[in-house]
Amino acid sequence: MRYDVGARIVLLGETRFLNICGDVARARETAAAVARRSYGKLIAFLAARTRDVAAAEDALGEAFAAALADWPVNGCPASPEAWLLTVARRKMIDGARRRRSGEAAADQLLILMDELEQPASDATAIPDNRLALMFACAHPAIDAGIRAPLILQAVVGLDAATIASAFLMAPAAMRQRLVRAKRKIRDAGIPFRIPERAELGARLDAVLESIYAVFAEGWADAAGTDVARRDLAEEGIFLGRLVTELLPGEPEALGLLALMLHAEARRRARRDAYGRYVPFAGQDTSLWDRAMIEQAESLLYEASRAGTIGRYQLEAALQSAHVHRRLTNASNWPHVVQLYDALLELSKSPVVAINRALAIGEMRGPASALVELDAIAADPRLLEYQPYWAARAELLARTGAHAEARAAYEVAIGLERDEAVRRFLQERAATLPT
Amino acid sequence: MKYLLMIYADEKAFQTRSPEEQQRGYQAYMAYTEALKKAGAYVAAERLQPTATATTVRVADGKTQVLNGPYTETKEQLGGFFMIEAPDLDAALAWAARCPGAQHGIMEVRPVWTM
Repeated sequence: MRYDVGARIVLLGETRFLNICGDVARARETAAAVARRSYGKLIAFLAARTRDVAAAEDALGEAFAAALADWPVNGCPASPEAWLLTVARRKMIDGARRRRSGEAAADQLLILMDELEQPASDATAIPDNRLALMFACAHPAIDAGIRAPLILQAVVGLDAATIASAFLMAPAAMRQRLVRAKRKIRDAGIPFRIPERAELGARLDAVLESIYAVFAEGWADAAGTDVARRDLAEEGIFLGRLVTELLPGEPEALGLLALMLHAEARRRARRDAYGRYVPFAGQDTSLWDRAMIEQAESLLYEASRAGTIGRYQLEAALQSAHVHRRLTNASNWPHVVQLYDALLELSKSPVVAINRALAIGEMRGPASALVELDAIAADPRLLEYQPYWAARAELLARTGAHAEARAAYEVAIGLERDEAVRRFLQERAATLPT
Repeated sequence: MKYLLMIYADEKAFQTRSPEEQQRGYQAYMAYTEALKKAGAYVAAERLQPTATATTVRVADGKTQVLNGPYTETKEQLGGFFMIEAPDLDAALAWAARCPGAQHGIMEVRPVWTM
């Protein structure tokens, strides 16, 4: 396994060695801060010309290990990034000499030697190619399912085991798919480049989709008990922020960041003191992070000024509308339904259709909502989709069709994997009169 | 980097085109080849005879087996190729999209193994 002693330990910011020795602790702290701040930047820079992400990861891991040995003795360098970069470049040359022979290796060595001639004096002199690296990871030639994990590894620096557990996959399988994807970037010659205007839209969508997948995996662990997955929500926001900084003014990137911040702002309110699931309508709004909501709102406003609507802006606008309603107690369901109409038009997603039906139910009563649900009931994807059955059960209960409601709750409970949500649904079903 | 652009198309559909349509097809390929050459991206290109002319050979246990027909029977067949020089996959994909083969068939883009 890669990184036993190097970057991984540093990345986790382990503090339990702090008491061993001040200098060691300072070296570790500095290395952890650099890893957090610049890991992806260093990888992107190291791999930009050879496109060999795996070799860059290996070299940087070795450089971090070297730093932990060197810095406590010789003191932390003025620019840790430049120090790490210089060491990593030498390691890459060593690695290229070891691993490969022939023409390709000679070309690669020439590139690496050439780079060694241009020393980076400080962190600001290292160009930020992280966005280009993200575009390579989310390239259409890379299998869609591995794009988000690949970004997490190459840009954020998480190891395969952590990513595997967050995505509920076997570590060996995840490691293998990551290796394969990196090999494809190198061998097929996938460029590290921000696409031209003409194709930027579609390519950016793929990057945003991967970032949202990262966030959604973290969000799925509502209780925040699983450290690896809770961190993913933060990483998603980190990546989303990165895109808005490196590609300013892109409305959909701003919309995605607004959407993630809106959701994250309510994290503490999603479970009560006993760990029980609390639906949005019943959340204690004093537990919401108001500063984060404000930030989301201003991002959404900034996005709207570009005048082009998109999926993430609409989803963020919906979050905004729901939050506004709870905070002001002023019904805004017609506005919400309008937003769902627009989103459904754009996404054709049955999930959106369910939420739209529920909003219609709030406006015109449960019978109207059930008519809407019946209209999409033929979609086979819904048979295994818990929220569909929970929505159906809730609406049936409100119309007084208790037996049907109980049956629908039964299916919803059977499909849910989160214990807290399952218990919530069981309690709802139990309140039905027999 | 060198990339091989392989053109997979339904050869029967091509053969049943009218002579005018076929002529237009050839011209499109000629123009594409010319554009590749002008851009300095052209390495080589060939059109293949239909799969009815194909023969497979394999040596198993020291015995040579020769069989009539292509390796696999598919709806689309390998009908020709362009070998090009391109700085990266995106550039190769852009050339593949311009190839007339992308319209009447499917282009498979493969990097060439560098030794």
